[in-house]
Amino acid sequence: MIDFDNWSCPVPLRDTPQVVMGHGGGGAMSGELVEHLFLPAYGSAVSPADSAVVPLLGGRIALTTDSYVVKPMVFPGGSIGDLAVNGTINDLAMSGATPRYLTIAFILQEGTPLATVGRIAHAVGAAAAAAGVSVVTGDTKVVDNGSGDGVYLNTAGVGVVPDGVEIGPARAAAGDVLIISGDIGVHGVAVMSVRAGMEFETTVKSDSAPLHGLVAAMLATGADVHTLRDPTRGGVAASLNEIARTAKVGIAVDEPSLPIPEPVADACSLLGLDPLQVANEGKLLAFVPPGDADAVLAAMRAHPFGGGARVIGRCVAEHPGMVVARTALGGTRIVNMPIGEQLPRIC
Amino acid sequence: MKYLDEFGNPVLAKRLVEQIHAATTRPWAMMEVCGGQTHSIIRHGIDQLLPDGVEMIHGPGCPVCVTPLEIIDKALAIAAEPGVIFCSFGDMLRVPGSGQDLFGVKSAGGDVRVVYSPLDALKIARENPDRQVVFFGIGFETTAPANAMTVYQAKRLGVTNFSLLVSHVLVPPAIAAIMESPACRVQAFLAAGHVCSVMGIREYPPLAARYGVPIVVTGFEPLDILEGIRRTVVQLEAGRHDVENAYPRAVRDEGNPAAMAMLQDVFEVTDRTWRGIGMIPGSGWRLSSRYREFDAERRFAVTGIQTNESPLCRSGEVLQGLIKPHECAAFGKQCTPRNPLGATMVSAEGACAAYYAYRRLDLVQLS
Repeated sequence: MIDFDNWSCPVPLRDTPQVVMGHGGGGAMSGELVEHLFLPAYGSAVSPADSAVVPLLGGRIALTTDSYVVKPMVFPGGSIGDLAVNGTINDLAMSGATPRYLTIAFILQEGTPLATVGRIAHAVGAAAAAAGVSVVTGDTKVVDNGSGDGVYLNTAGVGVVPDGVEIGPARAAAGDVLIISGDIGVHGVAVMSVRAGMEFETTVKSDSAPLHGLVAAMLATGADVHTLRDPTRGGVAASLNEIARTAKVGIAVDEPSLPIPEPVADACSLLGLDPLQVANEGKLLAFVPPGDADAVLAAMRAHPFGGGARVIGRCVAEHPGMVVARTALGGTRIVNMPIGEQLPRIC
Repeated sequence: MKYLDEFGNPVLAKRLVEQIHAATTRPWAMMEVCGGQTHSIIRHGIDQLLPDGVEMIHGPGCPVCVTPLEIIDKALAIAAEPGVIFCSFGDMLRVPGSGQDLFGVKSAGGDVRVVYSPLDALKIARENPDRQVVFFGIGFETTAPANAMTVYQAKRLGVTNFSLLVSHVLVPPAIAAIMESPACRVQAFLAAGHVCSVMGIREYPPLAARYGVPIVVTGFEPLDILEGIRRTVVQLEAGRHDVENAYPRAVRDEGNPAAMAMLQDVFEVTDRTWRGIGMIPGSGWRLSSRYREFDAERRFAVTGIQTNESPLCRSGEVLQGLIKPHECAAFGKQCTPRNPLGATMVSAEGACAAYYAYRRLDLVQLS
């Protein structure tokens, strides 16, 4: 195992330890970058051809694509590399699919240290290996200094949906029990804590994790899981609002039962943010029929990524399309779809 | 910050609610001055727990909401100037000017940055000596000390490329203006706790005496607000109009003398226009003559500003407590947080935004 914190780039660069335009030119420098930096990081499944050729997968295919522009690129508990892999896997897993193949493209800003690129590529490879998924093809482009911002990643993911599994936002139905797999707001607070101009001390680390194993454990109970969603950007609030609108159901959230760790609550209180709107990268929301809820909860709690699973609400026939929380004091409030960027308030 | 949870304890809250019900024999209308309190009241559903006749009127204490349009337009013009780095608290970015907002300036190529302290803006100025760095210094007495300290530091360090676009506003003149309004229905005030933690409470007894209204200095957590309401109701029922401090864990009678000395050095009182309300004499601060060189309005000769408010927006009446947000015809229709016609729909502390965020459901069901 290479010590990547003290890692130096293996690319036999003649002139510079930074990305230069030539690395995206398709010539010898591009080839060196692939051969010495990306391939060792990803392992042997990467195709040397223009496209990866893989066996036909049986059943139905789940296909997703995602892009990653997180700033800063390295944050407590992870980096843009593992985030891209886990995020793509999770998008597949939320359809109940078993992830099989990933593609990954790097868009590099000229001048980015190659050691940073190497660290991110290694994080991609390590996360894919940990999740049992193969990176089968990739791409690299370089943009002018000033046209990009360090490293952007784009991924695609392919998975197989087992027979009989029908999971989607439209299936959430009145009566369904709403389960969260653990603490919320952790990833967003971890990233914000190291963002330029905003640095604050916190013990919070990103929860970035692949959730397909957790989903498999939930499905193995035989439960008819209606809807799954990983509440990333926009947090739990955005996910629940999307589901309420798609399924035309109301969602009632019991605010006191929301698992908000104290450091997340503190950071949100200081910054004037709602923990329900803060991003997660290793959590899922599940809508299951009441009869299946206990078995699903037990299976989740037995899994390393679902230890904090708990019921936080239910689907109701009232207020279709809207998410409503009951407050600790007994009042009610609407949980809104966040508008755009979160804006820390003035005082 | 575990202690904050304790100030949201549902059991203690229920007890206070019962005491408020027991003390109330007739209808009362009281105003919470601060937008932070409005947000907390609506967010936790506190007004739903009060006796039927006890009405919370939402005051003008949201600094984002009352910053005059002319200043917003100046901010937009300065932020769009080449070479300027324009720094602001986050929630000012979406406040509509006559044309666009600061997000619009940013997307058109302006260097607009969100900071969390004005001292961060000063740091940016020192790191970019060839650029002009402007901080948008708005707010009540609460945010003023940090802005004053930043200007003081800029002068001490000889930072010549930093300036402050100032639009500070003051609470006591606003209370007087509300009470002088012929349409005023306010019978008591919950004063803004954090303003008083800076300024103390000595400005308030003359107001309580002149207008015959109880003024209770109140905090922001659910129990703080319920205790403020309870004490206000008790005074109203007894026919008293005293100044009480229901937030002693943050507020001393004399305020914060060090902050007040800094404010007195850096700022001087001026007339100020409040968006939606109009000019209130002596209700603002501007930089004093000793610090005038750091005034962004002087450094950038912005002229030819033609302000243009939406004719549909009734935020002025909302800010004066004359109507509730949903009584405006544009509420939730032409005017939403996504497309705000007035500033009260922008900030989380604006009454319109709080009603839209948390109360749309009841309002839909009511109508």
